[in-house]
Amino acid sequence: MKETDWRFKIANREALIGLGLALFNFVWWFAFAYGMGSRPVEEYSYVFGLPDWFFWSCVVGFLVIVVLVIVIVKFFFVEVPFDEEGDDR
Amino acid sequence: MNYAVIIPMFIFLLIIFAIGYWSSTKLSASSNFINDYFLGSRELGGFVLAMTMVATYGSASSFLGGPGTAYTMGFGWVLLAMTQVVTGYFVLMILGKKFAIMARRYEAVTMIDFLKARYNSTWVVILSALSIIIFLFSAMAAQWIGGARLVESLTGLPYNTALFIFAVSVLVYVTIGGFRAVAVTDAVQGAVMFIGTLILLIAVIIAGGGISNIMADLINENPNLVTPYGADGNLSAAYVSSFWILVGVGVVGLPQITVRAMSYKSSRSMHRALIIGTIVTGFIMLNMHLIGVFARPILPGIDIGDKVIPMIALETLPPWAAGIVLAAPMAAIMSTVDSLLILVSSSIVKDVYLNYIKPDADLKAIKRLSFGVTAALGIIVFLFALDPPDLLIFLNLFAFGGLEAAFIWPVVLGLYWKWGNKYGAIASMVTGIGSYVFLHLYNEANGNLFGVHTVTLPVLLSLVAFIVFSLLIGRGAYDYNVRAAK
Repeated sequence: MKETDWRFKIANREALIGLGLALFNFVWWFAFAYGMGSRPVEEYSYVFGLPDWFFWSCVVGFLVIVVLVIVIVKFFFVEVPFDEEGDDR
Repeated sequence: MNYAVIIPMFIFLLIIFAIGYWSSTKLSASSNFINDYFLGSRELGGFVLAMTMVATYGSASSFLGGPGTAYTMGFGWVLLAMTQVVTGYFVLMILGKKFAIMARRYEAVTMIDFLKARYNSTWVVILSALSIIIFLFSAMAAQWIGGARLVESLTGLPYNTALFIFAVSVLVYVTIGGFRAVAVTDAVQGAVMFIGTLILLIAVIIAGGGISNIMADLINENPNLVTPYGADGNLSAAYVSSFWILVGVGVVGLPQITVRAMSYKSSRSMHRALIIGTIVTGFIMLNMHLIGVFARPILPGIDIGDKVIPMIALETLPPWAAGIVLAAPMAAIMSTVDSLLILVSSSIVKDVYLNYIKPDADLKAIKRLSFGVTAALGIIVFLFALDPPDLLIFLNLFAFGGLEAAFIWPVVLGLYWKWGNKYGAIASMVTGIGSYVFLHLYNEANGNLFGVHTVTLPVLLSLVAFIVFSLLIGRGAYDYNVRAAK
């Protein structure tokens, strides 16, 4: 029997990273939206005209995720070949 | 008729046709027809891969229904829509390289091929093929109707004529060009969506006198509009959060998305697609739903949600620019419909016909059948959409969440959990769809159980079913290193 395909270790690690990123995404989104958004409307401040909870949760949250995806892909994801070795295709 | 609006849309259609034709020329040069017609020979690059995922996923609801609801509900609905950013990276990261490797090892062309090779079970194949054909056929018809209504409202043509134009446009390029035509047109459609939303957002902000001004108007009208809780304050945190499953992580289980995760060329294209996909998804969702909210002070009193975007575009833009912007929802609908069409067709031809009816069909017969089934499906959907039966509308309600609940665990755990087996997969699919239908009816009658969206419990139940049945019946570890017997 062959040993476990070396590429699977990489694939498993990257799937776990994806799961972690989604969790982080959720916590950021939820914490700012409901943490800041539950205050009475009179206490909201506005960033670029948008309500502060929304700005932090959805606008900054989105940008943070984009930066994280770029960093993760560039520095943590490994390029592997997909075709079987010694295969004809 | 408003020709200034129609001309940009007409040009858009011509470009789409040209791509369909170009794809069909590549198709006739190909040596492996099935692989090419239904999967584009696994040669998608990063940009096309990202765009086809975003465009397939972004449908009428992201461009018409969603912004329309944001118009009524305020910022709470934009918050909800932003749960979709996760789809931009989650599907490709989770299925990721393991799926790409296994799909190649199994020589899988459809998601069902993958399930078939992994679980080695006729029942898994039949159950999945049936659910895909039934539910996605209904979903396709619903999108088709949405597309026709849009053409109707923009051009003033009668519904049946509008439907005809819409149907013919999609059918021609999908039938002749196959998956490659679908993916490449998706890329163009995705780009149109991206640019269209940006133009419209800017126009709406200018028309509203700046964001601060719009915000003041909203608070004046109803302060709840700028809270996360919706116009009546009844959007609960639990309900909104449950959309993380429905339109966020659960998307991994949608066959039309999953099949794309086996269509790319190399790790490099996947990496690029992760970045592009996240940016484009977030950008489109944020813009479209903000447009919905911002439209409220500019054009108050619109009753039908789906009309908000067309009306605000015609109000704030010169006609030719409105034509470009309104090509975006059109593109969104077409790019969803085309993917569903090729997927349902692949289920019939590849998963049912070639697996069970005639495995030794020759190339010529397969070709004729593939073109024929794709075209016939389109014509049947067209006939249904002329006068949609209630059953179709009913089935469409389960197309999204029901399929997620059915497929998410057989696919994801099939990939990463070696103890998963066919009994778990069958139990998971039956439990997922069954409990979804049941809970849907329950929630309609009694209000949402636990205050969360219908999809939440079935996804959890189907997880439990998968694990319990895999461990109880026919327990055994799967060896991922073994090549599937052909």
